[in-house]
Amino acid sequence: MLDVRHATVAFSAPGGPLVRAVDDVSFQIPIGTFVVVIGTNGSGKSTLLGAIAGTVRLDAGSVHVAGHDLTAWRENRRARYIGRVFQDPRAGTAASLSVLENIAVAAARGRPVGLGWATPHRLRAEAAQRLAAIQPGLEKRLDQPIGSMSGGQRQIVALVMATWHRPELLLLDEHTAALDPASADRVVQATAKLVRDQKLTALMVTHSLEQAAGLGDRLLLVHRGKIALDVEGGAKRRLSPEDLAGRFDRLRRADQLDDAAARTLRDLYA
Amino acid sequence: MITLLATWTFGVTLALVALGVFVSYRLFSFPDITTDGSFTLGAVTTTVLLVAGHDPAVATLGGAAAGAAAGACTGLLHAILRIEPLLSGILVTTALSSVNLVVLGRSNVPLAGTATLLDRAEAFLLPATTAAGFGDAAAEAARLIVMLALVGIAVLLLWVFFRTNLGTAMRAGGDTATMARALGRDTGLLTVAGLAIANALTALSGALVAQVQGFADVQMGIGMVVWGMASVFLGAALVGPVRLGGALVATVAGSITFRLLVASALRAGLHPDWLKAATALVVLAALVAPRLFSRRPQASAAR
Repeated sequence: MLDVRHATVAFSAPGGPLVRAVDDVSFQIPIGTFVVVIGTNGSGKSTLLGAIAGTVRLDAGSVHVAGHDLTAWRENRRARYIGRVFQDPRAGTAASLSVLENIAVAAARGRPVGLGWATPHRLRAEAAQRLAAIQPGLEKRLDQPIGSMSGGQRQIVALVMATWHRPELLLLDEHTAALDPASADRVVQATAKLVRDQKLTALMVTHSLEQAAGLGDRLLLVHRGKIALDVEGGAKRRLSPEDLAGRFDRLRRADQLDDAAARTLRDLYA
Repeated sequence: MITLLATWTFGVTLALVALGVFVSYRLFSFPDITTDGSFTLGAVTTTVLLVAGHDPAVATLGGAAAGAAAGACTGLLHAILRIEPLLSGILVTTALSSVNLVVLGRSNVPLAGTATLLDRAEAFLLPATTAAGFGDAAAEAARLIVMLALVGIAVLLLWVFFRTNLGTAMRAGGDTATMARALGRDTGLLTVAGLAIANALTALSGALVAQVQGFADVQMGIGMVVWGMASVFLGAALVGPVRLGGALVATVAGSITFRLLVASALRAGLHPDWLKAATALVVLAALVAPRLFSRRPQASAAR
């Protein structure tokens, strides 16, 4: 369960006006719901995700996960409840460590670490089993440095890592955007399977209108720091990529009108 | 024979510096200038403790502990005050040059007449090395064996530690901080711990070098970070891409090889004044060579 209340993040360029990247946004995600977030460039969707993950500070509002107020928590502390997969596989996995060692770090997510052996046989067996279940063949590569794998394979391992212990919230930050189409498909399928099997509460940001239309139980369209569209259930299932493209076009046209109006006003008063 | 053994002994002892630089630079990508100061700190702390009559083992560990504290200072400057790595190390090592002078009392203190770890080891091993036919070099051979044993233990401990949960988390944090933080690790703290370990190794080396050469000098640490890097690079070049254990052993091999190269260069007529410049050139060559000879973008080998 994710509960975002009145979240606001403001930036100001030196000498420039204050821009609200996230502007008084509130929404809840019930347990077991898979929410897809789309938005135009600079819409604030990445900032919103960062505010939930703890990489961006909220100027106002709060973030609750599973009943805990995480607003003042640092990023690494939030890992107790949140699992994350990044856009860049290089950011979410440690290249010089083996696949199994990466998984070992994930197996300690949000728990204190001690001097126990990081990769006992029990972990190896479970890692092999979980990897084989999601992409057969990966289980034979446990001892390879993860940096030697392709981006798609790394993202699959990153997904397994983020969900090794069932997170209260899974955050997916355009996690297929850096991949070739075939790998992206495999990662999308793996994501859908993991979310379904573990009944995860998940928030996925994507640029792909196909993914936005085809995945998830609910869709949020973020525009200019606000949620411009929030559909679920039958309405979500009926959404097509073309519908979404049409919505984007209308939003962009409205923006241009706004910009033209602003220019006219500036010219008048300057 | 004695000179060759002495060269080896030095190379092996300084391998601890190389291992320290391996931890800070290879595992944490942290170019840690503290190395220069903590090497001297280890030497002067141990020397002062020995002169005060403490047990050589206690004095040596005391030197290493002082180095750990210095490394932790650099780590804290970086992790808490957000000072960049190079500057953090420069600040701490600059402060340490005063600390070292104050601790030692003057710029040079001999250990003549003081029982050191080396004396103790010699007394223990001399019968064996004499029996093994080292003759005049028996004492030097005993020293070398002790140093090899100490460095062997250090490599083994490091290998085990960096495969525990904590050690693996440290390697992950040093490799990809975003990943480690997303999985709940405080990467700042891990860096502090990593630099403490690195500088404990360096200071241990300083403590042992002071006992090998029989004196401590406040200048003895100058250039140690570059020495350590040269050894790490040379070791990596000797063995190619290997995993953790191989990389640790390669680092030790790099240190010994580098020491032997230096000894040969000196014998071939290199003026000792040019030694540091030559070391810097070796490091430069090691940094540039992979870019010249490898077609692939720099691989993250030998970590």
